[in-house]
Amino acid sequence: MTLTLTLREAPVAPVRAEALAPDRLAGLGAAEIERLALWHGNRRTAVGDLFAVAGGGSDDVRVEGDVRRLSGLGTGMAGGRLTITGDAGPHTGAEMAGGEIVVEGDAGDLAGVGMRGGRLVVRGSAGRRLGGAYAGERAGMRGGEILVHGDTGDEAGAGLRRGLIAVAGRTGDAAGLSALAGTIVAFGALGAHPGAGMRRASIVAMTEPGLLPTYAPACTYRPPFVRLCLRRLRELGLPVTEAQIEGRYTRWSGDGLELRRGEILILEAR
Amino acid sequence: MRLHDAEVEDTFAEAFPMWGARIVVTADTPGWAEHAGRSLTGFATSVIGCKCEAGIERVLDASETPDGRPGIAVLLFAPDAEGLGKRLVERVGQTVLTCPTTACFNGLDADDDVDVGGQLRFFGDGWQASKVLDGRRYWRIPVMEGEFLVEERFGIVEGVGGGNIIILAADVATALGAAEAAADAMRAVEGAIMPFPGGIARSGSKVGSRYKAVIASTNHVLCPTLRAQADDTQVPDGVGSVFEIVIDGLAPEPVAEAMRVGLEAAARSGATHLTAGNYGGNLGPHHFPLKDLVP
Repeated sequence: MTLTLTLREAPVAPVRAEALAPDRLAGLGAAEIERLALWHGNRRTAVGDLFAVAGGGSDDVRVEGDVRRLSGLGTGMAGGRLTITGDAGPHTGAEMAGGEIVVEGDAGDLAGVGMRGGRLVVRGSAGRRLGGAYAGERAGMRGGEILVHGDTGDEAGAGLRRGLIAVAGRTGDAAGLSALAGTIVAFGALGAHPGAGMRRASIVAMTEPGLLPTYAPACTYRPPFVRLCLRRLRELGLPVTEAQIEGRYTRWSGDGLELRRGEILILEAR
Repeated sequence: MRLHDAEVEDTFAEAFPMWGARIVVTADTPGWAEHAGRSLTGFATSVIGCKCEAGIERVLDASETPDGRPGIAVLLFAPDAEGLGKRLVERVGQTVLTCPTTACFNGLDADDDVDVGGQLRFFGDGWQASKVLDGRRYWRIPVMEGEFLVEERFGIVEGVGGGNIIILAADVATALGAAEAAADAMRAVEGAIMPFPGGIARSGSKVGSRYKAVIASTNHVLCPTLRAQADDTQVPDGVGSVFEIVIDGLAPEPVAEAMRVGLEAAARSGATHLTAGNYGGNLGPHHFPLKDLVP
């Protein structure tokens, strides 16, 4: 039976909600879950003080209510499913390694930061540093999939090392900043300076972005991996067109200030 | 036993464990997928001389392939898992990597696997790149045409090699017609291939020879031309030609099913006698009695 956590009222201070991950809640009864400790601002509190707890016994968890001030929902989760029915706060799905998080609304900054596996789906838009790295860390997301149906803020995939980030709407500035590897697919407009400092990663752009002068064109072709990747994204519910799957892409290599092993693949205009 | 117009001998086919893999090759057109498939399965009729056995399992519609392009499914078998891994690297590297517009994918979910793309990546000379998608790693190898995409790991299973039926008829044309009908019917069975040309072997062999260096030699007891010379001939009166169809499968079930439909088709198409090859039951652990396959 799905475990439902319904927020009693919006918290007055930020709440650190790292304890609320489906796989860690699965083995607990309602009373045990209610007793779990959370930090509400600088005060220690219990889950039961903030949430009405119903159901349980499974790794399928729903969080209802205005949880924008809760940070780190699903942090480090390795399995199960977490559904956030509204908007989610920052650090949602941070360092998650497996399972699935679905945010029905928007997600805050640093969603999927340091992610290692699993899938994070944001039906709305996401904030800054989606799938990025923590400040001071070299590598960000190391695996898994992040799908954003709306827009995303700046520096999506900053330090990306492995995994797939797909954004149906607009992708902010400096996508793939200093990315080491991995793939970002931008279906909407792509902000300024994509791939700045990128070493080996791929950015697939469906619109013509403004490129840094440290990127150089190679050729226009049909990358076999792109069609595989786009078919996967279509399977996962993103609006991928046949023209994008069958289309030709111009490969720009860069960043010339780094290894020049990264690529920005830009769909050829018809 | 009678099956339509044919006499079915009460015997069995004796088969052996072989490790198998399914390779899915896609290309821009069905023609290029077929070119790759034919090269990939070339010179792979018998482990005796080719180190592996392979065949085209079936043509794949674009809707069935990982990248949505036309494709072909190939089964490749070798006596052991290590050998199968080596043959896959050699053959995919020489026949699929080189073939215009192709990509190559694992077509078998299995507990065991071997590294294929992870070996072929070295052809990229440092320019290769990998991508992980849905838990599977792919290698992108730059080539003069553009880019070759190959999956890193290929699933392998312990299957069955050497299932067979033997078709006898009055003359070459009739026996071959019956064998062709059998092979056509057997191609519809998923998980099995017939590695000989057109699925049919005209030169069934026996183990050993009177010559020390030769490990297999003509199956003289079923050679019609020797009927009056060989004391141990098994060619019945009125038989002028004999063909064998060898079947390898990913499991015993598809081998048995291929034998069943092959016997049925041959019996309806001019075969006068149907039998199977074995070694007395002492060598291969898989036995397929014909009486279990004939209604």
